[in-house]
Amino acid sequence: MNASPLFARVDVSAWIGPYPFREVPHPDPDVLVRVLARERVERAWVGWLPSAWQRDPTSGNARLLKALEPHRDVLDPAPAVRPDWPGWEWELDRMVAAGATSIRAYPAQWGLGAGHAALTALASACAARQVALHLTVRFEDLRQRHTHDVAGDVAAATVRSLARAGTGCTLIVSGAGREMIEEVCWGLTPDERSRVWCDFGWVWGPPEEQFAQLVRTLGPSRFVLGTQWPLRLVQQSRALISLLPAEASVPLPLPSPRSDR
Amino acid sequence: MVNAIVSQAAGGEAMRLAGDAPLIDVHAHFHTPHTGRSEWDAYNRSRLAAGERMGVNAHIASILGSWGFTSPTYFPSPDDLTIANRWMRAFAHADARTHGYTRVFSYVAVNPNFAQHARDEIRAGLADGAVGIKLAASRKADDALLDDIADAAAEADVPILHHVWQDRRREWPNQDASDGVELGRLAARHPRTRILLAHVGGGGDYAHTLHAIRDLPSISVDLSGSGIDRGMMDITIEALGDQRVLWAADLTLCTGLTKAWALDAIGLDDEALRNIRWRNAVRFYPRARMTHGGEVLVA
Repeated sequence: MNASPLFARVDVSAWIGPYPFREVPHPDPDVLVRVLARERVERAWVGWLPSAWQRDPTSGNARLLKALEPHRDVLDPAPAVRPDWPGWEWELDRMVAAGATSIRAYPAQWGLGAGHAALTALASACAARQVALHLTVRFEDLRQRHTHDVAGDVAAATVRSLARAGTGCTLIVSGAGREMIEEVCWGLTPDERSRVWCDFGWVWGPPEEQFAQLVRTLGPSRFVLGTQWPLRLVQQSRALISLLPAEASVPLPLPSPRSDR
Repeated sequence: MVNAIVSQAAGGEAMRLAGDAPLIDVHAHFHTPHTGRSEWDAYNRSRLAAGERMGVNAHIASILGSWGFTSPTYFPSPDDLTIANRWMRAFAHADARTHGYTRVFSYVAVNPNFAQHARDEIRAGLADGAVGIKLAASRKADDALLDDIADAAAEADVPILHHVWQDRRREWPNQDASDGVELGRLAARHPRTRILLAHVGGGGDYAHTLHAIRDLPSISVDLSGSGIDRGMMDITIEALGDQRVLWAADLTLCTGLTKAWALDAIGLDDEALRNIRWRNAVRFYPRARMTHGGEVLVA
């Protein structure tokens, strides 16, 4: 880590591993470690990218743990647990024991809609084990998706129903745009909202000033860094904050969602 | 600590967020009071203020009619275009008077379905300081109705900035969007016309575009758009070379800043960086007298 001020405590939304729909340059953990140091980010919660499209994420979790092993001082595993498959609690326990900081679920890819009982059960189980539940709203812009990539985005209703379920689970929402963030946050009670964290790399800055509006109306306290590396350029959140008008500031470093536990 | 990066930049004599080297945005837009958007002026001020903080020396800009208020954004009526083009040039002239130098330059936006109007607008716009022609999606790029416009551009030595949907696999609503293959057909018919393919990051599959235009040297691309895929800029520069790639922002200056920073991180040499940030733009827009720190930029 260089001597410049820290930008973020954690990148809550990074992956390693290949992407099925296009070539992604070197999605490897040692590269991610160097990028984090360059961007002045303390650590990252890292998923195994192919897991979102594999029916059984268990093997991907094993590969994730092995790949991260030499880098655990900076990279924490964020494995996937599929709660509509038998024995998922066993996998959850195994991942928590292995040091998972958050558990990833891909409801759109797994066909789990808003209010699905399995998702609520997973949120309850994550809360009981004090790990966050991480939802990826989207991986790519709708207009460029592969013809086989038909899952669609996670709906705001899915997030709201999880937040309203009263599980006490910390929810991380990655890849939402302004409309979805607003729809989620203004659709929850203050207590429900207090357990939802959003990254903001898909929100537009000037001249539309959507991010400034969110910071003004919602306040900066629910925003965390989620770069979606290796799919997207990691500088985007820093650019958004750098371009905020003076009256819409965000305290740095961006926090870790773990700090509210 | 609040907005640390800004504070660092603002400490002492301003260091621009995107660096102190020249930077030209060849794909910018503004709004007018006639677009039905109540905060049109705030939008324009935001663009210029963010541009100042980033270090954008020149915004080459258009207004697409009424932006959908009185005619569709991508099918603007002749009257809406005339109002918008005049407003754009007046805005650029007024900004130059205020600042003592020109930092906003104008395109002439036209709808090829109204051929005589398009010709008249181009003539009037170029006489009043416009530096390029903007074509959006009123007609497919390979349509014969664009031939006169391409000829006019070549004759006047100005480029055409053409809105493109990267790999348009179907028709999308509200526009007759073209992709790289269709734009390539126009370029093949008009090899003397400089064409700028808009926003490789603006939606669709940019890899398809690169295959479509690789062998058409009269087509360059701008990097604008909300898309910030890792690897996008790398393969674009690899496919086309750094002399056919121009930095730009379009509707999102934040992604423009991200890409300006990323250009520094992907291992380009200084010459390539200069080309993409500003030198290609200076070559592309010979009518635009762009400056940096009071000095006229020369390629």
